[in-house]
Amino acid sequence: MLKQHYLVALQTIAYKEVRRFVRIWVQTLLPSVITTSLYFLIFGTLIGSRIGQMNGYDYMEFIVPGLILMAVISNAYSNVVSSFYSSKFQLNIEEMLVAPIPPWVILLGYISGGVARGLMVGAFVTVVSLLFTNLTVAHPVMMIGVFLLTGVLFSAAGLINAVYAKSFDDISIVPTFVLTPLIYLGGVFYSIDLLPPFWQKVSLLNPVFYMIDVFRYSVLGQSDVPLLAGFSVIALFIVLLLGVSLRLLSKGIGIKN
Amino acid sequence: MKALEIKNLKKSYGNGFVALKGIDLDVKQGDFFALLGANGAGKSTAIGIVSSLVNKTSGLVRVFGHDLDDEPEAVKRCIGLVPQEFNFNQFEKVFDIVISQAGYYGIPRKRAHERAEICLKQLDLWDKRNEASRELSGGMKRRLMIARALVHEPKLLILDEPTAGVDIEIRRSMWEFFKEINAAGTTIILTTHYLEEAESLCRHIAIINKGEVIENTNMKSLLENAVEEVFVLELDEPLSDLPVVDGCCITVIDETTWQVNVQKEVGVNHLFVSLDKLGIKVAGLRNQSNRLEQLFMKLLMKKRG
Repeated sequence: MLKQHYLVALQTIAYKEVRRFVRIWVQTLLPSVITTSLYFLIFGTLIGSRIGQMNGYDYMEFIVPGLILMAVISNAYSNVVSSFYSSKFQLNIEEMLVAPIPPWVILLGYISGGVARGLMVGAFVTVVSLLFTNLTVAHPVMMIGVFLLTGVLFSAAGLINAVYAKSFDDISIVPTFVLTPLIYLGGVFYSIDLLPPFWQKVSLLNPVFYMIDVFRYSVLGQSDVPLLAGFSVIALFIVLLLGVSLRLLSKGIGIKN
Repeated sequence: MKALEIKNLKKSYGNGFVALKGIDLDVKQGDFFALLGANGAGKSTAIGIVSSLVNKTSGLVRVFGHDLDDEPEAVKRCIGLVPQEFNFNQFEKVFDIVISQAGYYGIPRKRAHERAEICLKQLDLWDKRNEASRELSGGMKRRLMIARALVHEPKLLILDEPTAGVDIEIRRSMWEFFKEINAAGTTIILTTHYLEEAESLCRHIAIINKGEVIENTNMKSLLENAVEEVFVLELDEPLSDLPVVDGCCITVIDETTWQVNVQKEVGVNHLFVSLDKLGIKVAGLRNQSNRLEQLFMKLLMKKRG
């Protein structure tokens, strides 16, 4: 009986989240597809043809997995951070706080929305990539698994950002100054083998590097670091960020007086 | 059965401000209860705690026997909240807002649609169901929040200034609606700045001042404490000399308008008889302020010393 109530509440939040980003698809779905298409065109086709091969693959083939995952990461994150912060700003988060919904259902609902948008944009970008290269996926199940896991991870990260945000500026600081550098320096456009030893070691401290590496393995069948290391980093950060998110929602930090 | 039981409820904010200093409050099932207080008195904090929007510092809150600490979800199921500020998504459609709220309470979609239709029709918003909520007028937005609060059929409805900024006609129709749902068994707690509203609707009243309950009684006995009523008289013709009437204090507003404070034991009939004897014709009469307003101010002044 109780579980049925939770399920209805979860479906309601997830449906509302999906409806939100679909309603404003020009702001939410289109930009990543256009930006990534430009990356494919400029870095992949125009510059890539002069770069040659990277780790035994055409440069275009090499960057496709990283660019797809970049779209998943940034969309999952920005969906939750903007939606949750808007709910705080407009006070309609109170609709959920007064209702008999446990914090984990609220968390799962917002994560569902973030993952859905990440997957949808990821799928669009994957389709667009087929216009530029013959993409063959080495491990499709693993690819979808990494899609989902990174979506969950960055949705939780977006929620934490939104909880602490006090203005709309605060929801763009982390994506601009933290997330984007981590993604760009996480091996989207290059193999860390190209870096001097010191910077290779620095790159290993970047968690996004492992996620892109694992994802690239699922697509190309080749990675820079062992898969176990990649999945361990993803699992560690998922547990950490979900734990923090849940605690913040349970305590009502940033959303209750 | 008590609809709401509050014992020694305290709330201190991080900046050291003490909003509630240990209040006690009981609301009986089926009651129409007024919670009054000046801005910042602590009434919204108390309501926020009961409806789980504010974390309490200490104290006990029970709603229909469910302890807020032990059974928060059971407490939430009993309550419908109409907050002071508009707190729905301005971009969502009216119908979607109500449906989503039903979903948060675990009401399956088919039943949610039925309930939303009933509530929106009750609040005269059914024709507006497909409009974005930001397109609604102020009065409609207030009614939308009432429809949303009723969608899960709460046993306790909390109205935090539900008629603020609403015109007189709509306010009166909302009063009738509140009376109807109260008569049908829903317990109602009302905070308002329109004391006439509390006087017309509520059977019991508590007044909060600076985080303390300074009065908690039934409306009838509170109003019996009123010592005088204030009237404004419109005279037929200008008069410069003020008459002396026992038990009445007359002051001039302008040459054809007087304010008269009439002692309760004297009564307004005595005033009219006396004026008639003096040959003074009165063209019109209206209340300067309602009785509750006077009492409210008196209690606050007394508290401030």
